[in-house]
Amino acid sequence: MKRLGLIAIIIFGGLLFSITFELPDLGDASSPASTHVSPYYIEHTLEDTSVPNVVTAILADYRGYDTLFETAVIFSAGLACFFLLRIPERKAPKARFYRHLTTGLTLRIEKGGRIPEESKEFERIDSAWVPNDVIINMTCRLVVPFVQLFALYVIAHGHHSPGGGFQGGVIFGAAIILFAISNNLRSTTRRLSEKSSALLGSGGVIIYLGTGLLCILLGAGFLNYSGLSVFPGLDPVSARSYGILIVEIGVGIAVTAVMVWIYYNLASAGTQEEGL
Amino acid sequence: MIWQLDLIILLMVVICGIAAISIRDLLGAAIMFGAYSFMMCLLWSIMGAVDVSFTEASVGAGVSTVFFVAAVFRTTRRTRD
Repeated sequence: MKRLGLIAIIIFGGLLFSITFELPDLGDASSPASTHVSPYYIEHTLEDTSVPNVVTAILADYRGYDTLFETAVIFSAGLACFFLLRIPERKAPKARFYRHLTTGLTLRIEKGGRIPEESKEFERIDSAWVPNDVIINMTCRLVVPFVQLFALYVIAHGHHSPGGGFQGGVIFGAAIILFAISNNLRSTTRRLSEKSSALLGSGGVIIYLGTGLLCILLGAGFLNYSGLSVFPGLDPVSARSYGILIVEIGVGIAVTAVMVWIYYNLASAGTQEEGL
Repeated sequence: MIWQLDLIILLMVVICGIAAISIRDLLGAAIMFGAYSFMMCLLWSIMGAVDVSFTEASVGAGVSTVFFVAAVFRTTRRTRD
């Protein structure tokens, strides 16, 4: 069976390789894509949407449907992880571990033992061995706000530079995941609960869809942001620019929340009790 | 575009890809996959597709590696085939 698979891979890989020689070269000015498709966007994007970054304009405006359904795919990935992994309620764990913060001693409390109250003296730790590493904790505490700020910059500056809602959202989610790895899952779910991450994930998709539907209500086509120009102070061109920004923010929120949501379910094997 | 650099990165992509599917330790495979994504990200930026490269760096090399490591942490490091 393995040999059969290898033969199939060699045959189809060889076919793919031989076809790549038929493709136009990189940056070939006489290829069909460069003669019919790209020139329109390169010449008209700035006057249509006043967005200097052509890629952002294509993704969020000209090809808005693609990005809408991409966001929906991301959200359904989070939903699939939730349905596959999440365990609703689990029996209390056999033993819980607490760390006495001032001395660094670890307490193992068996089932039925007296659990210390929430206090500054004791901190609950995961049953997989987690050393109390001050360097990692403090470094991540310093880094996380800057990473989050950079993520917001990537979302907000997507009109002018590479980046946009998707990348910014992933970076924002990565900052939250970094916090979860450096501290623990419980202190992260206290700050951004599973429920709110699921709601934010669907909220981001709804922002995107809602913008498209608002355009219909205002008399333009679905996701044709020039319909937003009825709002005061907007002409059709700047309305498209603002529409792209709103949509990117929606994508950013959805992607952030879904990344964090998937991480919660994966790292805790669905119990949301103890994590990586 | 320096073609020597291009060739070295392309070779690294192939090596990382083969290593990621042939390695027995799943944690190692996850890390190799992260390295593969990073090399792909360099290739995209060499080709001038900075947006794609940005996405590859944040999704491929960043978050998906974390997801793989989390999945390995919750299952097993060994593979049977």
